[in-house]
Amino acid sequence: MNPVLKLLLEGGSLTTAQMAQVAGLSGADVEQHLEQLKTEKIFLGWRPVLDLSREAAAAAAVQAVIEVRITPERGGGFDRLAERISRFDEVQTCYLVSGGYDLLLIVRGATLQKVASFVSEKLSTVEGVLSTATHFMLRCYKDQGFLLESEEPKGTRLTVAP
Amino acid sequence: MKPSSFVARHVATLPKSGIRDFFELVAKMKGQDVISLGVGEPDFVTPWHIRESAIYALERGKTYYTSNLGLIELRRAISKYVAHHFGIEYRPEDQVIVTVGVSEALDIAFRAFVNPGDKVMFHQPCYVSYHPSVTLVHGVGIAVPTYAKDNFALTAEALAAAWEPGCKILVLNLPCNPTGGTCSREQLEKIAAFCREKDLLVLSDEIYSELTFEGTHTSIASLPGMAERTVFLHGFSKAFAMTGWRIGYACGPSELIDAMMKVHQYAMMCASIIAQEAAIEALERGWDAVLKMRDQYHRRRDLVVRRFNEIGLTCHSPRGSFYAFPDITSTGLDEKSFPIELLQQQKVAVVPGTAFGDNGRGHVRACFATGYEQLIDACDRIERFVDTKARAAVR
Repeated sequence: MNPVLKLLLEGGSLTTAQMAQVAGLSGADVEQHLEQLKTEKIFLGWRPVLDLSREAAAAAAVQAVIEVRITPERGGGFDRLAERISRFDEVQTCYLVSGGYDLLLIVRGATLQKVASFVSEKLSTVEGVLSTATHFMLRCYKDQGFLLESEEPKGTRLTVAP
Repeated sequence: MKPSSFVARHVATLPKSGIRDFFELVAKMKGQDVISLGVGEPDFVTPWHIRESAIYALERGKTYYTSNLGLIELRRAISKYVAHHFGIEYRPEDQVIVTVGVSEALDIAFRAFVNPGDKVMFHQPCYVSYHPSVTLVHGVGIAVPTYAKDNFALTAEALAAAWEPGCKILVLNLPCNPTGGTCSREQLEKIAAFCREKDLLVLSDEIYSELTFEGTHTSIASLPGMAERTVFLHGFSKAFAMTGWRIGYACGPSELIDAMMKVHQYAMMCASIIAQEAAIEALERGWDAVLKMRDQYHRRRDLVVRRFNEIGLTCHSPRGSFYAFPDITSTGLDEKSFPIELLQQQKVAVVPGTAFGDNGRGHVRACFATGYEQLIDACDRIERFVDTKARAAVR
């Protein structure tokens, strides 16, 4: 596996210089690996994992998980519709899933009304969408591997031990 | 009347751990941004599913004594784990005993097998407790030197040279704390042949065996003719990040386990039931977590060993454990002054090699069970320290 990809997957916040040290590569090599990953569209972009619940200056945002049932299309299956739905700015995440519905969306909007409007005016009206079920997220406990409220305890190891 | 007059002679003359002195020095610098490479345990917290199983056991009211040998479910899990990972079969009913860490397993082994005056061999540099534990049971410790030129592997030649009449036991710790030394299968076969020839009992401390980065670990107990004369000692502290749980085990011929059990039942009764419950979960479902942690240690090892050698501190790449053991004599300092000056000038703690025996002279132990950022920062600080020494030498 691309050594830089391995480090990216771990989710640490290493700088390129630190990645170079850990992987035993030059800084230029690390940059090149990153470029390669971008070219191959394996690496799509950076996004920090944030807990904004206590940040007063951050704009309030509402998130919802939406289950969408759609009609598969001849010759295209679910892909065309899924991509069309994914293009909406409000849609943060879109998965095709197995089970009782077809698409799992995570949708984000400034207010509950805005999310609700998006669902009723934009999403439900897309041809091929059979039904939606919207679940508003009330509280986040863990996001992409990061615990929000209760941190894993930091090491309180003996500084020198046999 | 002085209270100290009540202290038994063999305890009064026991030397204090060299680690402790250095620990106190570092403790005085609390709050000063010291990066400690002097730790002896993983920086990972015990995986959550193992902690959760202990909490669940408490919720179900598991608070009573267990059988002296340990929960049969745990002994079965140990038997299966050792058979799968080490290729040695031990019966859970009478060939496995659960102990309070490998430390207790070693202690009761010494108390069960050492007559006053018996000689116990151990390769050195080694874990700080081997020699004192032998002294505490009125045995005689015989140190077998290991050398940097062999990457601190124990050789049959060194063993033969150190052997003398009266030697009864050989303690092995491979991979080794503090040197990271390991033995190849071929080297172990020669050591095994020597043990058979001299009728030695082997106590094999396997605590770092999962943390083997290249090749596969071979336990001496798996070699022909060795299971009947080896007590296989292992635990959960390093591989499963369960140091504070104090849980370990010993496997061996039933007569030896029975003897250890006699000591254990009077001294300890049993290991903590909660730790035993957690240990079952670790053995049955913890392997993925072990692999993830081992992968981390592997990369950290590569980083640290490369940096040490670039800085001019010759350091072999340990095939196992999470310790690097560089030679610091190129700086003109010795293994005592180097850590002290490094701590004072750059606030990085490493442990003097002689805390682990005289053969550690000229070396220090650096533990790389720490995050990448701290390791990189520590190496940068060590580099600056070594540079100032080099410039001072030129003047």
